[in-house]
Amino acid sequence: MVSKDTIIHTEHLNLTFQTSDGPVHALSDINLSIERGEFVSFIGPSGCGKTTLLRVMADLEKPTGGTATVNGVSPEEARKARAYGYVFQAAGLYPWRTVGGNIRLPLEIMGYDKAEQSARVAKVLELVELTGFDKKFPWQLSGGMQQRASIARALAFDADILFMDEPFGALDEIVRDHLNEQLLHLWERTNKTIVFVTHSIPEAVYLSTKIVVMSPRPGRIADIIHSNLPKERPLEIRDTPEFLEIAARVRHGLRTGHEDG
Amino acid sequence: MRKSFVPISAVVLAIVVIWYLAAIALNSAWAYDRAKRADNPLSFSQLVSDTWSQEKPRLPVPHQIASEIYKTTVLQRVTSKRSLVWHGWITLSATLLGFGLGTGLGIVLAVGIVHSRAMDMSVMPWVIASQTVPILAVAPMIIVVLNAIGVSGLLPKAIISMYLSFFPVVVGMVKGLRAPDAMQMDQMRTWNTGRATVFWKLRLPSSMPYLFTSLKIAMAASLVGAIVGELPTGAVAGLGARLLAGSYYGQTIQIWSALISAAALAAVLVALIGLAQNITLRKMGMLR
Repeated sequence: MVSKDTIIHTEHLNLTFQTSDGPVHALSDINLSIERGEFVSFIGPSGCGKTTLLRVMADLEKPTGGTATVNGVSPEEARKARAYGYVFQAAGLYPWRTVGGNIRLPLEIMGYDKAEQSARVAKVLELVELTGFDKKFPWQLSGGMQQRASIARALAFDADILFMDEPFGALDEIVRDHLNEQLLHLWERTNKTIVFVTHSIPEAVYLSTKIVVMSPRPGRIADIIHSNLPKERPLEIRDTPEFLEIAARVRHGLRTGHEDG
Repeated sequence: MRKSFVPISAVVLAIVVIWYLAAIALNSAWAYDRAKRADNPLSFSQLVSDTWSQEKPRLPVPHQIASEIYKTTVLQRVTSKRSLVWHGWITLSATLLGFGLGTGLGIVLAVGIVHSRAMDMSVMPWVIASQTVPILAVAPMIIVVLNAIGVSGLLPKAIISMYLSFFPVVVGMVKGLRAPDAMQMDQMRTWNTGRATVFWKLRLPSSMPYLFTSLKIAMAASLVGAIVGELPTGAVAGLGARLLAGSYYGQTIQIWSALISAAALAAVLVALIGLAQNITLRKMGMLR
């Protein structure tokens, strides 16, 4: 089950939150393997635990049962080794830092020297097509550009894994399409393993090599769909029968998950 | 600025008009009394001019205060004990020192409270309790105690200022240092960032808007502290001393001119902080 290319692995993972209304079963018996270089999406309705699962992998939540490994070690060790970059729903750029300064922030924290910082900032700005914007302040950028800057920030240091929690959720459809296209290019160029949380079926199908369909109460995996779409994906691929077939299967998984729950 | 000019000047005008009318009403008793003794009935215009020009009126009118301020600032050498500038400087130096000490203490306490749960639980109640003690009762004790150990002059007054001014800084900075939201803190966690680095890179910059708001309140409180600190010293020097001496000798014009000077001083100091706030926050992109 665990091959040498397995980057993230969970076994019988459980997480129960103790709230004032009693326990909430956020994750129930999650068994999942993510291989090196995959693009995996978690999709499901709100409350299905998709963000919680991502946060467990990033050591932002502690599971109450089962095991999870990232790069063969515990999520905590992986986090301390700075094994992943995390892109949140909001760009969360500091208004008092320029775009370049924001991308430099994790590099400063991690102790890269000045020359290395500048080289890396230039490199990732180019990756997200924001070259020339390093001296601009966040408020001078559109929402989509801000989110691209936050992706650049997550890419700036040497992490093989990129966690993305509904990064384009707050953006309009047109910007979102464009960013999805860019993200695929970026994935291709960097060979990162990307774990992506979304509630959009087309987004999940368009981006992913593997789609994890989740359902709520308790949060669990309803279906895991391996996509056979080619790696090269123009936006028009969304009109092909193959694409629609996968989308139909995702929709079916979401529906049956709901009916059981 | 231009928009607020008309309403502000309308309010000022209204206050001045009410002031002059109130002066007629409040000072007329003395004017009638004098007229009666001189057996010289007053016409209305005589009454008005008398009530607006008494030497020790119950309520001096603005132009009397203005001329007193002019006499005690422009027409006096600034080193003279009769100079309001000299007294103002005495108070200002204690205010600024107390403000500096209070700000420092406030920030140090806030940093401790934010980073240590024990301090959060233990210090905060005392900080609040400290402000429920009437400063007017505490001030003479501070002066006396410090005098007993040989500390007098500027420092005791500055300590009273500090006592009043650290409070808004603690409260504001605790809120400010806790201003980063859960996502920003999670972000720092994903980079495995140490607490000191989180403080310098995230908490401190995030707290700036709160700090400046607190500093404005602290500055005003500091001035009050310095003035209160001057009362029990026997009215030697400072705006507080002018207030006290004025009230001993019924010098209402002197009281009011010291009062107006203190208010103007506070306004200038708070405005300076406001200016620093504007420049800093604009530069930090937090004012948009």
